[in-house]
Amino acid sequence: MDEKDREILAILQNNSRLRPEQIAAMIGVDQAEVEDRVKELEEKRIIIKYHTLINWELAGEEVVSALIEVKVTPQRGSGFDNIAERIYRFPEVKAVYLMSGRYDVSVLIEGKTMKEVALFVAMKLATIENVQSTATHFVLKKYKQEGVILEDKEKDRRLVISP
Amino acid sequence: MIKWTEKLCPQVKNIPPSGIRRFFDLVSEMKGVVSLGVGEPDFITPWHIREACIYSLEKGYTMYTSNWGLIELREEIARHLYDNYQVEYEPRTDVLVTVGVSEGMDLALRAVLAPGDEVLIPEPCYVSYSPCTSLAGGTPIPILTTADNDFRVTAAQIEEKITPKTKALILSYPNNPTGATISREELMEIAKVVKRHDLVVISDEIYDKLTYEGQHTCFSALPAMKNRTILLNGFSKAYAMTGWRLGYACGHPEVISHMTKIHQYTMLCAPVTAQMAALEALQNGTEEMQKMVAEYDRRRKLVLKGFSEIGLTCFEPKGAFYAFPSIRNTGLSSDEFAERLLVEAKVAVVPGSVFGTTGEGHIRCSYAASADNLIEAIERMGKFLNQLSLHRQEACG
Repeated sequence: MDEKDREILAILQNNSRLRPEQIAAMIGVDQAEVEDRVKELEEKRIIIKYHTLINWELAGEEVVSALIEVKVTPQRGSGFDNIAERIYRFPEVKAVYLMSGRYDVSVLIEGKTMKEVALFVAMKLATIENVQSTATHFVLKKYKQEGVILEDKEKDRRLVISP
Repeated sequence: MIKWTEKLCPQVKNIPPSGIRRFFDLVSEMKGVVSLGVGEPDFITPWHIREACIYSLEKGYTMYTSNWGLIELREEIARHLYDNYQVEYEPRTDVLVTVGVSEGMDLALRAVLAPGDEVLIPEPCYVSYSPCTSLAGGTPIPILTTADNDFRVTAAQIEEKITPKTKALILSYPNNPTGATISREELMEIAKVVKRHDLVVISDEIYDKLTYEGQHTCFSALPAMKNRTILLNGFSKAYAMTGWRLGYACGHPEVISHMTKIHQYTMLCAPVTAQMAALEALQNGTEEMQKMVAEYDRRRKLVLKGFSEIGLTCFEPKGAFYAFPSIRNTGLSSDEFAERLLVEAKVAVVPGSVFGTTGEGHIRCSYAASADNLIEAIERMGKFLNQLSLHRQEACG
């Protein structure tokens, strides 16, 4: 990892559709070098995936998300890792973080209805061995995700031509 | 009925309206245009700056400030100039907060010029220098810079134009519209001429932070130049604060105090809300500013590569956010080219001729636009150029 790699990553994180030759122009190296570097970053799994940020609500899809605070009894030898794995293997689970503070594991779940999410917590999550308790917080509105304001009212208001 | 044509001042009537105006009207009627014609950042003012301004309003900062500007802001400006360029200005006497560099330029010219004084203006340059010189009673004397010397003015070119009436020299690097920068060594040569002929220098350094290669040299930081330089700068470009209209002028207390007199009677003071925001920008704005600058630099390189691929010759701009490619080999004037590019390819650029006679044969392309828009614009320009050359071949064959 050097400065050029970091620059490539910053550019791709913001817009993964830029082509290697365009990135090459931006950072002042040739196309082959960008391709090699990206390939290596992919192989090392520093670049994991190229995804698209979608506002499903605007697409008319009903998506219910909830953040679950989970208290867990850690295990000798593996700490929280094995329990976290049993949680994150479920496809309904979109994100899992080990937390400092009042609870141990934060779990983001997405489903089609509130009932579906609540049932998942009750039947699958709460029943995992070593899970002491759960507290479910439903997301009511998403304002900003992955650094992007979803309904940005700040559009380009500049004059089309100015000196 | 009053006949205004008889009432209007001939000096004002003689000033041509900005050449951009006609273009602006043309563009406003069109849809789907990608614009590279904008002379301001595409970033919105960073939130922490806006938030500081909102807080100042909540606290009741709605009054006049001192004519000179808030002392806290002037202190911060002086500290900033010292940190960046090791040039020392006394906040109480050497710094005047203005309504943008535009006002600073007007004040400087009005404070200095007597009727008939000549002002040397390297062209191409920002559209206001020459009209403001005329309005202040002076005579603008253009110095023509070209792509052959990367649009940098030389000491010899300046010396050639000096007459007994020459009072001042305007410098503006990094330059709008060309994106040219100038080295410390070249400025040192210019400083010798300035000293030899006892000139005033008005240095518009609004794009100083947008220097991508090499270091920007502040003209007043050169040996023996501080006292004869009126340094103009502001917040518009570096902090994406164009609409706030805030700038500053620094110089010898004698000239600054006379500029302040004009400012006091015409403007009273710069808006306090903008001054509060500017204070936040200087105190906590460096990190976000550097991010914006890094982003401009990437786009600059993207545009240069794109232009060379579609066959547009362009000298490498090292500052501001403009590229100034030559369109001479199309056989069109820059006005014709820009108009046809707009109508036929829906890309807005500004004809170089707007910025002075040596701007003819060039177009100003602002890369203060998203990478996606730049890529789209270059693609459209490429197709347009291809069609132009096809037509020309047919016409010849």
